[in-house]
Amino acid sequence: MTETATPKPLLEIKDLAITFSTPDGPVHAVRDANFTVMPGETVAIVGESGSGKSTSALAAIGLLAGNGSVSSGQILFDGEDIAHASEKRFVELRGNHIGMVPQDPMSNLNPVWKIGFQVKETLKANGLAGDNPKERVAQILADAGLPNPEVRAGQYPHEFSGGMRQRALIAIGLACRPRLLIADEPTSALDVTVQQQILDHLDTMTSELGTAVLLITHDLGLAAERAEKVVVMYKGRVVEYGPALDILRNPQHPYTKRLISSAPSLSAQRGDKHEAIVDEIVPGKAEPLLKVKNLTKIYDIRKGFGKKEKFTAVDNVSFEIPKGTTTAVVGESGSGKSTIAQMVLNLLDKTEGEIVFDGEQIGNLSEKNLFKYRRRVQPIFQDPYGSLDPMFSIYRTIEEPLRIHGIGNAASRQKKVKELLEQVSMPASTMHRFPNELSGGQRQRIAIARALALQPEMIVCDEAVSALDVLVQAQVLELLDELQREMGLTYLFITHDLAVVRQIADNVCVMEHGKIVEQGTADEIFDAPKSAYTRNLLGAIPGASLI
Amino acid sequence: MPENQNFNPEDGLPISKVRAGKVSKYKIEHFVAPLDETPLQAVDSVKETGKPLSMWAEAWRSLRKQPLFIISAILILAVIVVAAFPQLFSSQDPTYCVLENSNEPGREGHIMGFNLQGCDIYARVIYGTRASLLVGIFTTLIVVVVGGAIGALAGFYGGWIDAVLARLGDIFFALPLILGAIIVMQLPAFRDNRSVWTVIVTLAIFGWPQLARITRGAVIEARDADYVKASRALGLSRFRSLVKHVIPNSLAPIIVVATVNLGVYIVAEATLSFLGVGLPSNVMSWGNDISLAQTQLRNNPTMLMWPALFLSVTVLSFIMLGDAVRDALDPKARKGA
Amino acid sequence: MLSFMLKRIAQLIPVFLGATLLVYFLVFATPGNPIDALSGGKPMSDATRAALEAQYNLDKPFWVQYGLYLKNLVTFDLGTSFSGQEVSALLGRAFPVTARLAILALLIEGIFGIIFGVIAGMRKGKWFDSTILIASLIVIAVPTFVLGFVLQFVVGVKLEWAKPTVSGAATWGELFLPALVLGLVSLAYVVRLTRTSVIENKSADFVRTATAKGLSRNRVVTVHILRNSLIPVVTFLGADLGSLMGGAIVTEGIFNVPGVGHLLYQAIQKGETPTVVAIVGVLVIVFVLANLIVDMLYALLDPRIRYA
Repeated sequence: MTETATPKPLLEIKDLAITFSTPDGPVHAVRDANFTVMPGETVAIVGESGSGKSTSALAAIGLLAGNGSVSSGQILFDGEDIAHASEKRFVELRGNHIGMVPQDPMSNLNPVWKIGFQVKETLKANGLAGDNPKERVAQILADAGLPNPEVRAGQYPHEFSGGMRQRALIAIGLACRPRLLIADEPTSALDVTVQQQILDHLDTMTSELGTAVLLITHDLGLAAERAEKVVVMYKGRVVEYGPALDILRNPQHPYTKRLISSAPSLSAQRGDKHEAIVDEIVPGKAEPLLKVKNLTKIYDIRKGFGKKEKFTAVDNVSFEIPKGTTTAVVGESGSGKSTIAQMVLNLLDKTEGEIVFDGEQIGNLSEKNLFKYRRRVQPIFQDPYGSLDPMFSIYRTIEEPLRIHGIGNAASRQKKVKELLEQVSMPASTMHRFPNELSGGQRQRIAIARALALQPEMIVCDEAVSALDVLVQAQVLELLDELQREMGLTYLFITHDLAVVRQIADNVCVMEHGKIVEQGTADEIFDAPKSAYTRNLLGAIPGASLI
Repeated sequence: MPENQNFNPEDGLPISKVRAGKVSKYKIEHFVAPLDETPLQAVDSVKETGKPLSMWAEAWRSLRKQPLFIISAILILAVIVVAAFPQLFSSQDPTYCVLENSNEPGREGHIMGFNLQGCDIYARVIYGTRASLLVGIFTTLIVVVVGGAIGALAGFYGGWIDAVLARLGDIFFALPLILGAIIVMQLPAFRDNRSVWTVIVTLAIFGWPQLARITRGAVIEARDADYVKASRALGLSRFRSLVKHVIPNSLAPIIVVATVNLGVYIVAEATLSFLGVGLPSNVMSWGNDISLAQTQLRNNPTMLMWPALFLSVTVLSFIMLGDAVRDALDPKARKGA
Repeated sequence: MLSFMLKRIAQLIPVFLGATLLVYFLVFATPGNPIDALSGGKPMSDATRAALEAQYNLDKPFWVQYGLYLKNLVTFDLGTSFSGQEVSALLGRAFPVTARLAILALLIEGIFGIIFGVIAGMRKGKWFDSTILIASLIVIAVPTFVLGFVLQFVVGVKLEWAKPTVSGAATWGELFLPALVLGLVSLAYVVRLTRTSVIENKSADFVRTATAKGLSRNRVVTVHILRNSLIPVVTFLGADLGSLMGGAIVTEGIFNVPGVGHLLYQAIQKGETPTVVAIVGVLVIVFVLANLIVDMLYALLDPRIRYA
């Protein structure tokens, strides 16, 4: 590594403090933040939600929400302090000096205008439309990796897939060749293989153009891979920054250390793996708790004028889950994994195949037996903000299953709820509260408590931790692990995150387009993957190659 | 297959050039913030202080402070008291009309003056409150129950039930409130038995589709929620999950619309009476009084002005209440954590 | 787009049939001798009674009656009023007047409603916004006929800025005041709807992205916020035609406008139920057509709908 004389930084954040005025008083979102971005280099800001990472970056382009303002400090762009610049100055800077690629591809494109129009707007606003704007637009879209750019320019956002929309947003962000690009979690909403492609492409484009990138992400592995410098933020302050690889291999601040030890992609590589509670799973001996054979689900899609098309969501899937173990079903969006979960829970009818639980077919159960089945298999869903009824107090939520199945009386149910709350490490006083007062991780723990109320044998976790911050996610996974040990639970774990799987699963099924492409023990899948798709998925895990 | 992947010819595994990490051209210092400034807190701790707050409690808290709510609530209470106990507010018998007093302006003991027949305007206005309020309240009740039930069933069960009920709503919608009410009031059954109740039923017949539409929308949004799926997975039947989970969560828009509509129905009754197809002339109502006053507009404008004022203020207070409630229940304002 | 149109037309046909059936059913099939309903409770001779029965085909089974009613409706054979005039002729004279009135009202409420709504929404919380909110509430609360009288009195009689009543010619100029009264309540609704829409879209993600592109504030407001906010407003304006038709009765009565509403009002007063039924039938057709046009406009404004 050669040391060159340090030229002027492109962006310098000095002692920055950002405050939001809310009806409940001022909120100090960012305090004493300091970091720099050199021309042509990528700096990643890493943090959980509420860390102030997005806020700091948005301040640099003048896009703070209405009630936010820079209360002290400086934002120096090429030497000029723009912390309190006029709107006019920001309009000049945006687009051709500082560009932005936002997070959610669907909500960030105006649904009523064509893609080509939205790209052309950028060019015209910054005086770069030139003589032939249509050609220029097509060129820009092609550069961003969109095939058939002339056709695509004439389409609307809802006609694009998620990955394509993100490419369009990147095209818009880079259209006027800005010197600095702010990328706010540009790929969080995408599948991991698409994420890899898009970030690779972004890398290529920015290095060709010499654009500096301020990359905001919650994923430390991703940050370390894609950036030269990593800045770690926690509760509005910068706690550590330095060369990316150095931060990763040699973290100093306790928070950074915590992040690294909890991040699934990084811990997976360290070989922290799930220890099976059953020391020896003797194959063929014990009857599996859940057996799925030739499971198929076909949907009829109506296509206007009375025509119907068949869509196969799940295609001839078979796997087994031995008692007391965790089987993970991994796949990207559209792979059919959630559909399998719904069928196992009998919330969705299957088209063909068998689902056998503890020797019993659950396809044609009578009402009464279905009711009994429900006691033995319980779900935990993905969205912590949707899985608890906002109208029910926590007590009512956890008590509901007991009430439905007529277990005990009011007094014994109260006792049981207290016990369950303790099991999920929540104070007993929580039971009087309501979901809107709890955080995402806390709600998920309540969902677990509710699932445990009937003392089920199997729990189906449908992306149960995917919506949680890294540290909270680690906590919840630990809890699930503990419960499995204590109670001998069996888990069917649905997820898109292969890294998480390493931490928790004994067996893994990899799915693509409704079919299982590979299955085996976790060790087999991770150490010696057989199918190309699995290898792709493994390769796409951010940070995988670095430790 | 991703486009910029090369494959190692030996083992077929992909090589990624870009992903070996990046090293900067410049020297980057490794900065660590002092621990006392940036202490670590427990991950995701539960707030144990403070009273528990359900969504309704939160909404009530913010509602209480809004001036719009306070004013409208006071006005509505006042109107209800006047309707229930008119005797407390006017010692004058409203049906006692002396032709000599015809169109006399306000004077001692009769502050609003007299109308064409010589009846005390103030007394008529006070006693007329009841009819108008009854129409508003009961029409709203019927519309909420009938429209709400139909909308909930259509939204929840979907399929052909929804198609049929939605078309039914569209059909009634196609006849605007006033026009439809006019037709219905022409029918012998209604025409010969005009009373507060016929007006209520007439307005309700054409008022339910709007509420059904709103309920349907709210139910459709709520029925796909995970907590409904969770309750089904717990063993709750579809119908019971509709009653226990979906409907309580759909109440917010219903309440807002119902409150505003209460005011609208009072105006509608007045309009119908004005057109001569509303309440019979022997029933005292603001609408009737306004209707009687139109011919006298040039000579005695106060005859029209007072009942109109009372009507407008009452309707205004209901609409303001609806507005205030909507702001308090605004989901964007109350979305948690 | 074509399939969307055809689907909507297909959906509206049962609505049209249902609405006309409802009207017909209410009058002719509910308890009480239909002839009594037709006569408005007035006594009549046997000859008149027989003539009416034949005219309304009351000697035939219900479905045939309804079928004939529909046929007459669509071919504009609307019978004669008690005074002997052809209802279709009367309508032919009255309809253009009401059409002018309604169009004027729609323009007033549309143009002013959107402008005020956008300003209020963009300046949320400031004095213009608060004023608009309160003013709109008051306008909604005060019945149209009261507003009509007050304005007629103040503007027409006291200030003499406009003629208090409309002549038989009913020119555009004369119709301005009645149109204002007719559209005032709807204006209030349009302002509030536009305002809410603008506030919602103002903080939308795509607006932030548009700003990040370096677009001027003006362009962001017109091309992005306004364009997206118009969608619910247009739908409302179309559906509002129904309430305009209802309000026209009152307004035309106050200002003496010789339109459909006036015709209807007089028929009601005289108890001429057959005329009332015929006119309402025509109005339903108009309403259904207006709905169709609104749906087309909606699809034009929102490309996502075209593929639904």
